[in-house]
Amino acid sequence: MEYQLTDKYGDLDSLLHRLDPRTKILTTVAFVLLVVATPPSRWQGYALCFILVASLALLSRLPLTFILKRSLVIIPFVLVIAIFIPFFKPASPGDTVFSLGIWLWNLSVTKSGLLTLFGVVTKAWLSVLSMILLSTTAKFSDLVKGLDKLGVPKVMVMTLSFSYRYLFVIVDELTRMRQARDSRNFGGRWWWQMRSIGNMIGTLFIRSFERSERVYQAMAARGYEGEIVTLSHLRLQPIDMYFGCLFISCLILIGLFSFLIA
Amino acid sequence: MEKAIEVENLYFSYPDGRQALKDMNMTIWVGESVGIIGPNGAGKSTLLLHLNGIYRGQGKVEVLGLPIGDGNIKSIRSKVGLVFQNPDDQLFSPTVFDDVAFGPLSMQLPEDEVRRRVSHALEAVGMVGYEERVPHHLSIGEKKRIAIATVLSMRPQILLLDEPTSNLDPAGRWHLIELLRQLPVTKVVASHDLGMVAQLCPRTIIMSEGRAVSDGPTAEIISDVPLLQAHGLSPIP
Repeated sequence: MEYQLTDKYGDLDSLLHRLDPRTKILTTVAFVLLVVATPPSRWQGYALCFILVASLALLSRLPLTFILKRSLVIIPFVLVIAIFIPFFKPASPGDTVFSLGIWLWNLSVTKSGLLTLFGVVTKAWLSVLSMILLSTTAKFSDLVKGLDKLGVPKVMVMTLSFSYRYLFVIVDELTRMRQARDSRNFGGRWWWQMRSIGNMIGTLFIRSFERSERVYQAMAARGYEGEIVTLSHLRLQPIDMYFGCLFISCLILIGLFSFLIA
Repeated sequence: MEKAIEVENLYFSYPDGRQALKDMNMTIWVGESVGIIGPNGAGKSTLLLHLNGIYRGQGKVEVLGLPIGDGNIKSIRSKVGLVFQNPDDQLFSPTVFDDVAFGPLSMQLPEDEVRRRVSHALEAVGMVGYEERVPHHLSIGEKKRIAIATVLSMRPQILLLDEPTSNLDPAGRWHLIELLRQLPVTKVVASHDLGMVAQLCPRTIIMSEGRAVSDGPTAEIISDVPLLQAHGLSPIP
């Protein structure tokens, strides 16, 4: 079966696609660091970061609706964690927006709490936007090689590479098991359904475990002795330097602006 | 003639106690193509995994005159290429190129030699231009060919194939048989596909319950209907 998780737009041709994955990884990390370091009270900084990431999105030639849709996926997760923040900030006089009296509790939402919530959600969203640009403008295999070349520990690089390779194989296996179940399923009680789902998860785990054994054998049969060596065709071009310098200067300017002006 | 593989009195049991090989004996000469046929659970795959030292049983296994041991395991694995039944087990890298280059790179060959071998191997299986493809976007026939290329890039002297034609459609099967027939190495093919064995291997060994029960010219063996039926096999219609 065909899956298009991240590769769908990896073959487009744009400035961002032509950059070396290492340049993209480093600039993305720098961008995320700046976003995270900007305090919520300096909203102008966020606006500038947004303009920066939005212009990159335009440069990348990716469909904007695709980027937007994918970035919204993260919002519910952030909200689940962050929704309680406004309630936990200690209320100081004049800071309270409104209070809820629930029996013995008196919950009050504070302005500074709301500001923190706004900060957390914005930071998460901006970071995710930049990560989407990173992961969709490069092929996954190139990203893995970039991480490897940047000196990320081999174990992590290999884990990432194996996850990517076998994710689809396992999803296929799950799909086949579900089809086999559904073709024999005449609608039982819900706890019966739950039981079959539990069995499927268990079977999937055992099959994956056995597969890992066979994969290891296949690797050993070709001389694997604990270290994966790969060749890479990655070459840093002048454009990587120009882009890197330009981007980092933009980040420095935004940083200066949001810390000095506001 | 030189012996490519010699197996004598080989016994092996899995950790759960199941005895997979029970007094297995065979000799394969350099340049031969030998089919190993037998029912499920006869020990065919287990035997293949012994021939490059993945499993070690009790008994004698010699490859190109060398007994398998810790000291020479690396050179033996570079001489014996094993193609697994399921290409999804064999292809574990993010791209086809990385997978075909894996063997030569673990042999510590220089980079330009690795690249040359990768392009030769892909040429041999008719898959030039697939270097940057992702394995999960390939058809099963393409995956099988790439799996063979990952082994050919090591320039093995002996090729071991476990069920090479399983899950292939007739056209894919035919292409694969033609491809294998043209490879000038010693071949050992484990399969239920008697038609393929008949086209590929002049000699056949029947395995049953962990040992060789019959060994001879393929034409004789596959026309011996009572023998085939006694070991869970059926003659070609």
